[in-house]
Amino acid sequence: MPHRVAILAQDHNLIAAIQSDLSDSEVLELRDDLAERIGRRRVRGIVVDVTALDVIDSFVARALREIAVLARLRGAETIIVGIQPDVAIAMVQFKLNLTPLRTALDLDEALGLLECAR
Amino acid sequence: MTHEVLVAIESDGDLVEARAAARALATRLGFSRTDATLIATAISEVARNIIVHVGTGRIMMSPLEEEMRCGLQVVAEDKGAGIRDVEAALHDGYAGRGGLGLGLSGAKRLMDDFDIDTKMDRGTRVTMTKWRFRDELERMKEKRQRRP
Repeated sequence: MPHRVAILAQDHNLIAAIQSDLSDSEVLELRDDLAERIGRRRVRGIVVDVTALDVIDSFVARALREIAVLARLRGAETIIVGIQPDVAIAMVQFKLNLTPLRTALDLDEALGLLECAR
Repeated sequence: MTHEVLVAIESDGDLVEARAAARALATRLGFSRTDATLIATAISEVARNIIVHVGTGRIMMSPLEEEMRCGLQVVAEDKGAGIRDVEAALHDGYAGRGGLGLGLSGAKRLMDDFDIDTKMDRGTRVTMTKWRFRDELERMKEKRQRRP
């Protein structure tokens, strides 16, 4: 696990809080680490907090999509939280497509959504 | 005083440095947070292109001064094999490894000016600029400072 991501387990959820900008290899490490952890503990939901990311480019967007797809194949839902307003504008101009990603404004909202889904 | 910034691109960790340097320079030149984000994102894409397709290269960022506007110019250079079909590379969905196939076309949309100069077996140079219009107050201030 990249040390720049704090991963906490809470009930049946994993919360991955990204602490700072990540290199591409750290992003891939996070993806693989989350995929592996879903099976280790029976995880139903993953929340990835990207508040600390100043840039979400095509590579990061693809990795986030892959996390969501991997998690779904393993029976878990993924919610991305904390996309900054400037980052959202850049993603729209870039025409980055984040479907099938679910998003929420913050951690509380995401945990609420996961609770409802159960 | 020169504000030119040079970042050598040799590993994927250098992208982190390039993004941070872009944001710092954009902020110093008075760009908004949003514009700084657009510039940093575009730089991230062209830097990754260098890593994925060539391996090494460099990114230069420098201020451009004009009467009515100022700009941040980015030059991304590599000595790779060159891009065989630039038109295709700029087309959405171009199968660049490691991305959504949006790298160059996305970067182009985020910037105001965008140009690719590529020569087979010699390398590629991407030049792109973001402009910021100066308001009257800023221009007056500048003139005052230039007065001896």
